[in-house]
Amino acid sequence: MSTTRQKRVIPGTTIFDGDQARKGYALNKMCFSFNSADNRAEFLKDKEGYCAKFHLTPEQTEAVLSLNVLKMIAAGGNAYFLAKLGGIFGLDMQDIGAQQTGMTKEAFKAKLVEAGKN
Amino acid sequence: MAKIVGGINVTHVPYIGRAIANNLQQDEYWKPFFDGFPPIHDWLAKVKPDVAVVIYNDHGLNFFLDKMPTFSVGAAPEYQNADEGWGIPTLPPYKGDLDLSWHMIESLIEAEFDITTCQEMLVDHAFTLPLELLWPNQKQCPMRTVPVCVNTVQFPLPTAARCFNFGRAIGKAIESWESDARVVVIGTGGLSHQLDGQRAGFINKEFDLMFMEKLVNDPLWVTRYSVPDLVELTGTQGVELLNWLTMRGTLPGDVSLIHSNYHIPISNTAAGLMAMAAE
Ligand SMILES: [Fe+2]
Repeated sequence: MSTTRQKRVIPGTTIFDGDQARKGYALNKMCFSFNSADNRAEFLKDKEGYCAKFHLTPEQTEAVLSLNVLKMIAAGGNAYFLAKLGGIFGLDMQDIGAQQTGMTKEAFKAKLVEAGKN
Repeated sequence: MAKIVGGINVTHVPYIGRAIANNLQQDEYWKPFFDGFPPIHDWLAKVKPDVAVVIYNDHGLNFFLDKMPTFSVGAAPEYQNADEGWGIPTLPPYKGDLDLSWHMIESLIEAEFDITTCQEMLVDHAFTLPLELLWPNQKQCPMRTVPVCVNTVQFPLPTAARCFNFGRAIGKAIESWESDARVVVIGTGGLSHQLDGQRAGFINKEFDLMFMEKLVNDPLWVTRYSVPDLVELTGTQGVELLNWLTMRGTLPGDVSLIHSNYHIPISNTAAGLMAMAAE
């Protein structure tokens, strides 16, 4: 399940291309459903059942239940859709950034501020 | 014929919606961002546009990955904002301009840009927040609007050159519209930021500043970069700068810079803003 074209490698970065879009379709579709407040509530009532309803793979389900963003990306999740899942748990982009980079939230925020200097 | 008065590029971080709702414009965190706008408000008051053509990317509100048009144009009498899932307030509807929409659609297809037409279209924060920032404190945005959506979500994305040429075709469409309307074009998103992966938090100030500088008088400069180059240089979501470039393509002839502002960070993003007047 991959294209034959050579892929550009950018460290720490996953380009959301056709391979990712194919792999992540069910996961992203579930996240798309979170535009609706009713669906968000239904998910919170039974997370595993909700994942099953969208036919997530075991890998995707495990990543969602453990709220592990890097694993969700590896399983084909797209950042814009995953953000809707993060929103359910009140996670902002600094929480998500900190988790993925293994930093504390404070350190991650400081890194952003630092990027504005120089 | 209609006249393009100029164009504005502005970042569209969702978090801005919460700052506006909570009146945080003069808070320490937000002030350097919001203080960029008054000179542009003054310019808008002078050039008095009637219509805003807004070039942006949808983030999974109107389009899911089941159907992902590279370029699409709204053709609805009204555009609704809706819940995007993370609790920023939903904004009142935006008036459309069906005559301009259909004139653009005809003109773009004639110019061999085979766009998708949308007679119903939800508009997300990338459309609504820039309008809120540019026309603040209004019950409803005073502009009639035409949304133009560019896919910056699912790769492959259109190349920088393609986006610039798409912008040129939009500009020609507007200028051949039989109307005395005054049109402002708005490109939203960017600048450098990356939300996902171990490289999350990536920002490239040097590149952003060069891009903004070149955009005024040498906009084709950025077309030397492939889309993967742009991801490497500006981050996975920094590629939204394609919307800025598309806007720049719409401006006929020479342009003059009215005002620009650049501030790091707003959320995880380098927040850029620039307004250019068409000659
Ligand atoms: Fe965006």
